[in-house]
This record gives sequence, C-alpha cells and structure tokens, in this order.
Amino acid sequence: MQQLANYAYLIGFSFSIFVLISVGLAVIFGMMRVINLAQGEFLMLGAYVCVIATTAGLSVWLGIVLAALAVGAFGVLVERLIIRHLYGRIIDTLLATWGLSLFLIGGVTILFGPQSESVGVDLGKFSIGDFTYSVYSLAMMAIAVAMLVATYALWRFTRFGLVVRGTMQNPRMAAAMGINTDRVYMLTFGFGSALTGLAGAVLVPITGASPQLGLTYIAKAFITVIAGGPLPLLGATAASGLFGFIDGIMDYRYGPVLAQITVLLVAILLLRLLPSGITGRLRRGL
Amino acid sequence: MGANAASRPRAPWWFAVGIVLIAAILAPYYLVTDISDQIDISIIFVLALLALSMSFLWGYAGILSFGQTAFFGLGGYAYTVLALNLHETTFSFFAAIALTMLFAAVLGYFMIYGRISDIYLSVITLVVTLIFEKAIKSTSGDQYVIGSVRLNGQNGIPTVPSLRIPWSGTELSFDGVFILDAVLLILVYAGLRLLLTTTFGRVLVGIRENTRRIELLGYDSRRYKLGAFVISGGIAALAGVLYGVWNNFVAPEMFGLKRAAEVIVWVIVGGKSTLVGPIVGTAIVQYLQNKLGTQSVGEWLPLILGFVLILVVLLFRNGLLPGLVGGIGWAWRQVRRVA
Repeated sequence: MQQLANYAYLIGFSFSIFVLISVGLAVIFGMMRVINLAQGEFLMLGAYVCVIATTAGLSVWLGIVLAALAVGAFGVLVERLIIRHLYGRIIDTLLATWGLSLFLIGGVTILFGPQSESVGVDLGKFSIGDFTYSVYSLAMMAIAVAMLVATYALWRFTRFGLVVRGTMQNPRMAAAMGINTDRVYMLTFGFGSALTGLAGAVLVPITGASPQLGLTYIAKAFITVIAGGPLPLLGATAASGLFGFIDGIMDYRYGPVLAQITVLLVAILLLRLLPSGITGRLRRGL
Repeated sequence: MGANAASRPRAPWWFAVGIVLIAAILAPYYLVTDISDQIDISIIFVLALLALSMSFLWGYAGILSFGQTAFFGLGGYAYTVLALNLHETTFSFFAAIALTMLFAAVLGYFMIYGRISDIYLSVITLVVTLIFEKAIKSTSGDQYVIGSVRLNGQNGIPTVPSLRIPWSGTELSFDGVFILDAVLLILVYAGLRLLLTTTFGRVLVGIRENTRRIELLGYDSRRYKLGAFVISGGIAALAGVLYGVWNNFVAPEMFGLKRAAEVIVWVIVGGKSTLVGPIVGTAIVQYLQNKLGTQSVGEWLPLILGFVLILVVLLFRNGLLPGLVGGIGWAWRQVRRVA
C-alpha cells in the first residue's frame, strides 16, 4: 500500500513536470505550428525572473506571476522581431529560434554566471512510509492541472479562444470576417510564452535556475507535444500521462538517464505505430 | 552562342577534383610545412566532412537532420572503444563507420517509414543527439566499461589510438593525417557528386522538389530517403572517427548542442544548394574562430553564434555566401548598365 502511494506520488510528480514544460509549447507549436526551439530558454527566463523577484524580497507566488507577465511580454517582442517574418517557413523558424536559444543561454551566462541559483520555499513536508516529500511539490502538481484547465477554458469558452481557434484553422477566412489575424498570432504567441514563463518559475524551487535549465527540458517538451498529435491540449495531457507514468517508475528504479532514454524510445515506437500522434484519430476537441 | 561552342564541353569537374587531390597530397611537403598549420587545417577537413554530410541530406534530399552530431559522436566513440579493445585500427576504422550506419538505418527506419513529417524528423534527431550526450555524460562511474575501456563520463576518453598504416603498423604522422583527411574529404565530395548524377540522386532531388509526384511515378520515396539518411550518417561517422584520431580524444561534447549549432552555421554560411559551399563555409568560420582566439571570446561565442544564426536566417534565405555573391553580382550588373 505504501509502495503504491509512493509510486502514485512519483508518477503524479513526473506527470506535472511533463505538463508544465509542454503546455506552453502545445500552444506555440501544437496550435500555431511554430517550432520554437527557444522554448526551453523561455522556461529558463521565467525561472530567473522568479529568482530576481525573490532576492528582491518578494514572495515566490508574486515571482511566479511576474515571470508569466515578463516572459509573455518577451514572447510578444520575439514574435514581432523574428517569428512574424517567418510564418510558413518552418525550417527557417527552427533555425532562427535556435539562434535565439543560443543567444539567450549566452546572455544569461554572461549576466548571471554559469552557476545554479536556488529559491527556497518552505511549505513543510509530509511522508509516505520511509520517504519524505515537500508539500510544495503538491502545490506544483495543482498548478500544473490548473494551467491545463485554465487554458482549456480560455480556448473553449471565451470569445478570444474562438477567434484564436478560427484563425489557426483558416487564417484567410478569419481575416475575411474582419479579424486582425496579425494581432491574434502575436497574442497567442505571447500567451504561450507566458504559460512557459509561469512554468519555469513554478519549477525553480524544485530544480533551481541555471543557464542550462532549458536544455534539460526542451527534448522532453517536444516529444510530448509531437507524441500528443493534432489536438494540442488533449494530446499533451495524454502524452504527459503516458510519459509521466514511464518516467516516474523508471526514474525511481533505474535513475533519470535511463528513464529519459526509455521515454524517447517509447515515443519513437509510438510514432511508428501512430504516425500522427495519440490524438491522430480523433476528429474534434482541443 | 554558336553551335560550336555548345558542342565543345567544358573541362569536366572531376578534372578540377584531380588537380586539387594532387595538390592536397603534395601540400604538406611544399605548401603547408609548419606542423601547427597542418594540424589546424586537418581539423577543417574533418569538420568540413561533417558539414558535407549535413548539407547533402538537407540541400539535396530536403531532410534537416540534427542527428549528424549523434552519428559524429557515435563514430568517434565506436572507433575508440573498438581500437582500444582490439589493439588494431584499420578494422576498427571501418567497423565504427559500419556500426554507426547500422544505427542510422534503425533510427531512420522508425522515423522515415513511420512517415512522420520532415520537421518532426528534425526535432527527433535533435532529441536523440541530446540524449546521447546526457547518457555518455552519466557514465563516469567505474561500472561503465565496454571491454577494457572506461567511458569516463564527461571527462571523455583521452587515449584514442592514432591510425596505423595497415601491415606496416607505423602510426600516421601529422602530415600523414593531413593527407588522409584531405583525400577523404575530396573523395567523399566527388563520390557525392557522382551519386547525384545517378538515378538514386535524381530521385532524391525529385523527392525534395515534389514528393507526391515522385511517388505517383512509382518510386517509394521512403527507400530513397532512408538511403540518403544512412549515407549521410556514414559520412558523419567518418568525420567522427577522424576527429577522434586527430586529437586522440573523444568527449560527450561531440554530441552537444553547440557542436550541432556550429554545423548548421557552417552549412548556412556556405549555402546548402551546392556541395562546395559548406566546405568553404566551414573553412571560413573555423579560420575566423581560430583567428579571434577562442580563449578570449569563449564566453561570448554562443551569444555571437546565436545572433549570426538569427541574422542570416532573416536576411539571407539561401545562405550567407550565395547571398553575398548574388548581391555583388547584382551590384556589378547595375554598374555595367550605368557605364
């Protein structure tokens, strides 16, 4: 029973990390079809904003909100300066955002140094059997689920969501209906960036912030969204569930590297069997 | 243009290749006699091979694979482990390349026969090379041993054996390595050019231009793509082996993101529409890096690299050199029109 509870915790923990790192990408790559290789660095920027906020004496929670706002604004800037010129040129987008990724890693290393910064949050601890876990990790899981639900609600139930979905489905038709698609693209990219920044800040107390933070997660984020398939939110959630399950168990038994290799192998096998991802057969949904 | 001029062929391209080949063999004795120059230029040949493997796949088959660094590193590590275990280099040299090609075939089969789109292929190959780096970095413990070789995690393996000449058993000297690297680069270049004139090469270019039309003509595009993927994996592995031999050292950085980004930069500086372009691009970028002295700009290198990448993509769609050459040609025509 205790062992089961431990496994449940570890799987929930892995699942929420997969969700955090991939939900912003599900918007930017899954919905907008923009390959953003700087996605990991958006996480990293969010993490650093949170570090700066807490060293300035603000609470972590405020730091998390600030991270979402700051990275969202940064995303809008990136969209205006770089991405806007490259819609429809997928490989060029990939190269340019890769350049951006290297640029941000280089810049942050020069500004803050290569060492890892940490943010302490003490919400107490709880234990299952012999293992002790922090309460903050439960908060992290709750935030991950809340992000999924909020994003789903935004797309599904608001006018803005409807406009965004319409624009992604058929930009010319949307433009003909009088929608400023240029602005919709800008805002959607900004929203995806904000989600990513928020996720980065939420991760800081667990992982710390270093210039290399993005590199740790970029691979996982992309395979999650790719394996998820054409319905970005549902797909990313389902893939996070699958990979979180595998990763949680493998990490516990054989360590993180083997866990990651297994996840990759499963993803490649999965794409061989279901080339268009987990949600490839579904007709409708988000 | 008279019929006469049209019917008289230009000197064939392999004529030029032959001259360059002879020049490369003679160079270490007459042209580049300084050993440190020989070493600096040898590595450019090796890295140009890596650039060539990527630009062949990207420019002619339309597949952008970041896995080239995975094959590069795998080739280097496979050679090292084999040569240290077998105390022999010739067989290890070929076996390392063959093993890497086998790996490329398996990986390529799953991606290409799964018919995942080209852009997913780019991302997955990137993921593969990053995970290789991570996996090798985590092997620092004593228990990670293949045969008699410790993998050493992020410290790398500093005892990569130099190549020995078959039968005689003498180690290749610096000028020997220089000639070997130069000759292999030229042969691979010539081989790829020849390959592109065959049916296989023409079908590849056809796939790049219009996959559906090629399939309607009855070609199974997946077979050709997989073939190109494996060939370019083999070239990258060759570069990896030569890299290990060049500095007697292999390290997880061979798989890393920085290396992968450099390869892309070489290719887009030189332009991917020709096979010579990436070689020239590699030479220029490497030369500049050596001149700038990586010691002083080391910290700034990722920043500069990233900025250059963004700028080139936004301003020069076909690569930096072709863009510049085109620009100069355009300016020259304007001048001639005015004059």
